[in-house]
Amino acid sequence: MATGRPKKLALIASKGSLDWAYPPFILASTAAALDYDVQIFFTFYGLTLLKKDLSDLKVSPFGNPAMPMPVPMPNLVQVLPGMESMATMMMKQKIASKGVASIEELRSACIEAGVKLIACQMTVDLFDFKKTDFIDDIEYGGAATFFEFAGESNVNLFI
Amino acid sequence: MEFDKELDAKNLNCPLPILRCKKGLSEIEAGQTLKIMATDPGATKDFQAFCKQTGHELLQLDDADGVLTFYIKKRAD
Repeated sequence: MATGRPKKLALIASKGSLDWAYPPFILASTAAALDYDVQIFFTFYGLTLLKKDLSDLKVSPFGNPAMPMPVPMPNLVQVLPGMESMATMMMKQKIASKGVASIEELRSACIEAGVKLIACQMTVDLFDFKKTDFIDDIEYGGAATFFEFAGESNVNLFI
Repeated sequence: MEFDKELDAKNLNCPLPILRCKKGLSEIEAGQTLKIMATDPGATKDFQAFCKQTGHELLQLDDADGVLTFYIKKRAD
């Protein structure tokens, strides 16, 4: 089992909210534990997940009818100031109380396991992101860089 | 059941027990046994799948009041 070429997983992470931050990091860290070679290509809002400071990741109940809320909350109420922060706070409390890892923890696990994190250079330019805002353990590249790895991967997912 | 290293992954949710297990296995020698405890109800299937895919051997699984205890023998390199 230990012999032969390892399987490969290629992910595209395109979303930057607290809830959508989970799938790429859970799948990548788990695949790495299963001896996969893993690359994640972060594009558009996904770039947010590479920032040094992840504390401003938020989840919004607005336009998200499947999000469980303690009381039914009409859209008109959800747009009120502070609702997003409240939903985010509630989500973070739930995450901690259920023994679910934080995004910081999962991202560190990925880096420790050798998962390659690639930031979309075009998005960095488009949104005028500063490279100093991002963690050091990343590379910058474009679509062709993604395909170099994805073309040889066993599993490719767009998240 | 004898073991060489023990890890507590209780009250942790997916995928943390598997990540802890992987780390624990990296700290023992081939042929040695890791004992790891978890309470995530999904862990039974996940640990079986982990062992099947990585070649480590799941020697024994105990379930006592929701506390799952896995004994995993590290594969030869």
